[in-house]
Amino acid sequence: MRFVDEFRDPALAKKLLERLNQQATRLPFTAEKPMRIMEVCGGHTHAIFKFGLDKLLPPPLEFIHGPGCPVCVLPMGRIDACCEIAARPDVIFCTFGDALRVPGKQGSLLQARERGADVRVVYSPLDALKLARENPGRQVVFFALGFETTMPVTAVTLQQAKRQRLGNFSVFCQHISLMPTLRSLLQQDDVRIDAFLAPGHVTMITGTAPYRFIHQQFGKPLVVSGFEPLDILQSVLMLVEQVCESGCKTENQYRRVVPEEGNLLAQRAIREVFQLAGSSEWRGLGLIEASAISLTEAYAGFDAERRFTPGTYAVADHPQARCGDVLTGRCKPHQCPLFGTACTPHNAFGALMVSSEGACAAWYQYRHQETPAEVPPGAATRVTE
Amino acid sequence: MTAQTVTMAHGSGGRAMQQMIERMFLQAFDNPWLNEREDGARLSLADFTRQGDRLAFSTDSYVIDPIFFPGGNIGKLAVCGTANDLAVCGAIPTYLSCGFILEEGLPLDDLQSIVSAMAQTAQQAGIAIVTGDTKVVQRGAADKIFINTAGIGAIPTAVKWAASTVQPGDKILVSGTLGDHGATILNLREQLGMDLDVQSDCAVLAPLIAPLRLLPGVHALRDATRGGVNAVLHEFAGASGLGISIEENALPVKPAVRGICELLGLEALNFANEGKLVLAVSARAEQQVLSVLRNHPLGADAVTIGEMTANPQVCLRGALGVSRQLMLPHAEPLPRIC
Repeated sequence: MRFVDEFRDPALAKKLLERLNQQATRLPFTAEKPMRIMEVCGGHTHAIFKFGLDKLLPPPLEFIHGPGCPVCVLPMGRIDACCEIAARPDVIFCTFGDALRVPGKQGSLLQARERGADVRVVYSPLDALKLARENPGRQVVFFALGFETTMPVTAVTLQQAKRQRLGNFSVFCQHISLMPTLRSLLQQDDVRIDAFLAPGHVTMITGTAPYRFIHQQFGKPLVVSGFEPLDILQSVLMLVEQVCESGCKTENQYRRVVPEEGNLLAQRAIREVFQLAGSSEWRGLGLIEASAISLTEAYAGFDAERRFTPGTYAVADHPQARCGDVLTGRCKPHQCPLFGTACTPHNAFGALMVSSEGACAAWYQYRHQETPAEVPPGAATRVTE
Repeated sequence: MTAQTVTMAHGSGGRAMQQMIERMFLQAFDNPWLNEREDGARLSLADFTRQGDRLAFSTDSYVIDPIFFPGGNIGKLAVCGTANDLAVCGAIPTYLSCGFILEEGLPLDDLQSIVSAMAQTAQQAGIAIVTGDTKVVQRGAADKIFINTAGIGAIPTAVKWAASTVQPGDKILVSGTLGDHGATILNLREQLGMDLDVQSDCAVLAPLIAPLRLLPGVHALRDATRGGVNAVLHEFAGASGLGISIEENALPVKPAVRGICELLGLEALNFANEGKLVLAVSARAEQQVLSVLRNHPLGADAVTIGEMTANPQVCLRGALGVSRQLMLPHAEPLPRIC
């Protein structure tokens, strides 16, 4: 299959790995103290586990699985607010499928649907807009979730809704910005990240410029990577070569998709519809400054929270759950005391287990039977939330 | 019939129902057992004992949405599904019962098409639909049409297929491409609007299976329906206490199905099929079974995809040579596919 098989070619992978093995001997890292490469995006995490890339890396290299899965960092209280809106008899609540099973304190949207709420899965906010046109007597709410990747399509949908003067359409805005979170991770004292694999999809919109602070201010190399195994291996090699050459820059491996400047049209739509709105809560990470996104004043009329004024729900995570430690690379998924017992994909405590792109779900799916649960000493006291 | 849709009268036991039975079901299914018009079909024991020493008896209900799809409809599926369940038990599928639950308002033309497909599929496979039942429920109490079929057939004495008899080193074979049915229904149901060069593989597998009954070394057969080939692999592993190692590169998947999987992040191994076998056969029998399967159009793409192992895990060796466990998904990615 074109555009897939050529990026999974075993012979090319072997060559890349040989080169990587050679270069890794020049690194100032060892198997005991490996170079820790954070793959920011859940899509990368999934590909790494699916193709077993972490098992192919030379010992001085280690992947740690970052916070780049919008479902994984979704606070439970936000789901409760969604469920409250969805429960209104006049509302058709539309969501992407992967948010359906995320548990809030009062259950998930799926459970809300079982209780009678009209919750529907859509593949695009434009489908929700169509529902609004077809159901003029109902209020259609779209759960707008995601990083810069999904913001343009929400923006375009809202532009259309405004042009069409659709009074029965609104969005519950849970868009968040990725960059402030990377900054926050780098500012934490006990988090050691030596390099970043940056997500191709986000960068396709934003361009590479917003990442430059990572090498300029924090001295960490970063490579924007595609999602196929050869993309990831090549990106890792680029990071290793940067370190070997004592350099540090922002590079773009995913040139076939990601232009340096990003997508200017999409950026314009984002600027028209969205604005930064102070700090936002990230599940497992806490409040992160300047990461919240809200609708601009011109679009405030489409804000579902203004229209339906749901309550504000503050929900603490399970005290033993180590979602935050996994997200920051402080521990591996199976080192959490809840992993695989109290927390499984079909009964998830932590959001990292809910989304198939979450690090815990990927570990469970691909590794669970290989790794006996191990709990490091003092694990129960090393809880971040 | 003057009414164009199914009405409550068609399920009332009165004349409207009699007319529908006469003009639609009896005409289409026409056979001596049904034509006796008794409350049940009376089948000859002697006929069964000439064919084998045990009976296989199976039932399945069909609630697929949409009821018409490229490659078949709910009626064809209702015959194929139950006939295949019998055939993989080693039986010769011979008689089916058939129960309809019809939603008030179902177009009679649709019902006629479904019944004709059932009749044609059964006839081609040498199966008689010998008894049946029709109920009509008010609008909203069912979705268009639900069908239950139960089937019966004799198992020849020599056939002893069972998942519990598979051995370490047995080869795992599939009779053709994976996930055609699931991908077809997914595309229709979710209105993905993809112009896919693929249709449901819905077929009666009995003629493909018949020559296998004579071969030594065939240990177990399953048709890979809901849960796909992955579910069958876990059934084989569970029943035998063994493991399985599958080669990802060996899996036969049509480009269109692969495309849909890549786009949506799904695995063809988990997609439903309605006309594909998974077999566990001894290493010695492998080539002969493959050649028998490939001899029939339904098995033209048959290949070996892996083997049974002593280590009790179901594993998949990926494109880059790394092996990973193959979990059974907790829930079906898509409900009401059959």
